[in-house]
Amino acid sequence: QNSQHPAQCYALGKGYCGRNEGKTISCVWGPSGSAPRGGRGRAHHRLRDRCLGPGVTPPRRPAPVGVASTRPPVWVRGRSYGGEVPAPPPGGSHVALRHSPPHLLELGLESQLLLLRTEVFLWLSCSLTVLLTGEASGERPVAMPHSYPALSAGQKKELSDIALRIVAPGKGILAADESVGSMAKRLSQIGVENTEENRRLYRQVLFSADDRVKKCIGGVIFFHETLYQKDDNGVDKGVVPLAGTDGETTTQGLDGLSERCAQYKKEGADFAKWRCVLKISERTPSALAILENANVLARYASICQQNGIVPIVEPEILPDGDHDLKRCQYVTEKVLAAVYKALSDHHVYLEGTLLKPNMVTPGHACPIKYSPEEVAMATVTALRRTVPPAVPGVTFLSGGQSEEEASLNLNAINRCPLPRPWALTFSYGRALQASALNAWRGQRDNAGAATEEFIKRAEVVGVNGLAAQGKYEGTGEDGGAAAQSLYIANHAY
Amino acid sequence: MAYRFPALTPEQKKELSEIAQRIVANGKGILAADESVGTMGNRLQRIKVENTEENRRQFREILFTSDNSMNQSIGGVILFHETLYQKDSQGKLFRNILKEKGIVVGIKLDQGAAPLAGTNKETTIQGLDGLSERCAQYKKDGADFGKWRAVLRIADQCPSSLAIQENANALARYASICQQNGLVPIVEPEVIPDGDHDLEHCQYVTEKVLATVYKALNDHHVFLEGTLLKPNMVTAGHACTKKYTPEQVAMATVTALHRTVPAAVPGICFLSGGMSEEDATLNLNAINLCPLPRPWKLSFSYGRALQASALAAWGGKSANKKATQEAFMKRALANSQAAKGQYIHSSSSGAASTQSLFQASYTY
Repeated sequence: QNSQHPAQCYALGKGYCGRNEGKTISCVWGPSGSAPRGGRGRAHHRLRDRCLGPGVTPPRRPAPVGVASTRPPVWVRGRSYGGEVPAPPPGGSHVALRHSPPHLLELGLESQLLLLRTEVFLWLSCSLTVLLTGEASGERPVAMPHSYPALSAGQKKELSDIALRIVAPGKGILAADESVGSMAKRLSQIGVENTEENRRLYRQVLFSADDRVKKCIGGVIFFHETLYQKDDNGVDKGVVPLAGTDGETTTQGLDGLSERCAQYKKEGADFAKWRCVLKISERTPSALAILENANVLARYASICQQNGIVPIVEPEILPDGDHDLKRCQYVTEKVLAAVYKALSDHHVYLEGTLLKPNMVTPGHACPIKYSPEEVAMATVTALRRTVPPAVPGVTFLSGGQSEEEASLNLNAINRCPLPRPWALTFSYGRALQASALNAWRGQRDNAGAATEEFIKRAEVVGVNGLAAQGKYEGTGEDGGAAAQSLYIANHAY
Repeated sequence: MAYRFPALTPEQKKELSEIAQRIVANGKGILAADESVGTMGNRLQRIKVENTEENRRQFREILFTSDNSMNQSIGGVILFHETLYQKDSQGKLFRNILKEKGIVVGIKLDQGAAPLAGTNKETTIQGLDGLSERCAQYKKDGADFGKWRAVLRIADQCPSSLAIQENANALARYASICQQNGLVPIVEPEVIPDGDHDLEHCQYVTEKVLATVYKALNDHHVFLEGTLLKPNMVTAGHACTKKYTPEQVAMATVTALHRTVPAAVPGICFLSGGMSEEDATLNLNAINLCPLPRPWKLSFSYGRALQASALAAWGGKSANKKATQEAFMKRALANSQAAKGQYIHSSSSGAASTQSLFQASYTY
């Protein structure tokens, strides 16, 4: 009768059955101070309270693997380097590090790349995502069943684990996926020529960081720079116009996507990104643009998951225009509702996806100024009305905001009193790299100092600051005055 | 959710949101006492009582005049049209009795099923005509929330995408009209348990239905913070030979919900759908112990599962009033505890509470 154990403590693999009241079952979480905040942590408290007898001290939570002395382990081409690590991801091939990627050799690049201090962060010429290990936490629901299941239980677990590790508390994504053109702008700002060597050296500065960044960075998005695919940015192939609309677009890249994903997965990628773009004006976004972009995002997500890759879903609404905050909120809600309906229609496994939306902000040319608290309230309200709790995390894009603006808004979002069930973390490009870039200035001698700058920034932004709060559960069950006042504020939204 | 043509003012939103939260605060749930005349007839027939207006009035009077402490477990009561205007034996209106206890009064708004041609005996729900005027009148007469039950069934080719789309659309229209008139709409897309399908199939269908419902609510500019959801729990069909534990039901149910119901919805009050009183409570308890993220209140809106014992105790005799009220209060308290995950199963629940209340193709 009690053979089913739907709830698992994943760290120890122990089962919990609600009927086993009073039976002592070991539970992974330690005293209340050490459990992670938010829904999953609280659920584990409940788990612990139910499954241990009164007065029994739960065992201490085992320390996360690999954090103490060595640099973080990293999955590259299916093999781990450095640190104590759990088993490599299933199906990963063991490719010796000594072999450079074939195209690098074609380009005549030296194998000196292999001798860097952190070999793991090699300049890899493919659009790879390198995943730093962390802990998988939380429970898994039963397999979503159907006569034609899109994914097996094992596939779902893999996707869900990846997604959770990226958005583990305190972690965010380092977006180092600037195209060649974007890098040109960055480098010219510090008076450095935009050569491939310089781009490689610059990335090297970032990736020489030691294991302090492990606490702050959950994933890294690289850029796929090869001679024959110049302008790739993520896995999509850029925007194309929608005829009969007012300058609106959809995104292409579905052809052969499955084969590309399979290849990336073999090379060590665990997640991918696809950006759709919508804009606000008198008559846009049109119903067609919303429908078409949502559909294409859902197809991409479905194909990624078939290949073991977590899709980051990015329906960006541009800040161009003079619309106010409310209009952006309205449009964002409509767009996100359409996106999640499309994901449902395409049988996408939400627990194995991440969302990368715009914050809700006024248009650039809007004369009204809003405080970060207003931006935060509008943003979180929009998400609460559209993003199902099954989505493990939301990583905001900073869009056209200045670093300072983005930081203030992100901070306010984390302080917003509305309860939210997903991790809120951030995809940082410029925000993390600016100081490092400035310190580097293209001089090899500055490399160490530049790396140090990067680490410090990552810590400020990741552990100590913006990404630290993540999920926020609110005031709990009491529907009294405190909860009432939480809801009052957003009635204008 | 305002933009150029805001559906509601901030004051209207505030009122709706507060009503919704009051109903599900602190483990409270809903007593669904809105059986239509015909349905009440079925209930009364089981205890050999004649289906007269007086008998219906008497039974409801006994329930509503229970001890004031019922307001710790019951946050709202759904009434049928006739009941909203009935009085107790002292001439006091039922709706005032309930309001004085601090219980929110609700009204059933749908007007029965209509067939969808070209489908495998599927239906949509009528009641949109003149709905706005009816809502305005009910609001004046003391109601603060409404209920509309859409029905979908699992069978060969069912539910079809037409049935899902049509019922979702009707629910969204109803919800929009309610909110315009200050009533919180309870949105009830019931996937009935008739059939021999297993738990997994019910979960799949429930997810598809709820995704469509919330897309429709969004399209119709419904203010989610001022609504409540009344879904089926995810269970196997009644004729399914495989048995599932409350934990399995809970996991399947909460999985389906957390993939489809936005966090903005303040509360989810399950229907009991023919489950026995005890099963309805046990399942609700397991749901509230499920370790998945659950940002909404998970409570109850039970009809049969709150009243079966009470009906049996009453038997049509006013002398049994005290026993009837006790039976009712016992279930109300049990479910309120279950809504907080604190229900302790006791074995002395009596015959009526474990008796299945399933009735094939249940309609009101």
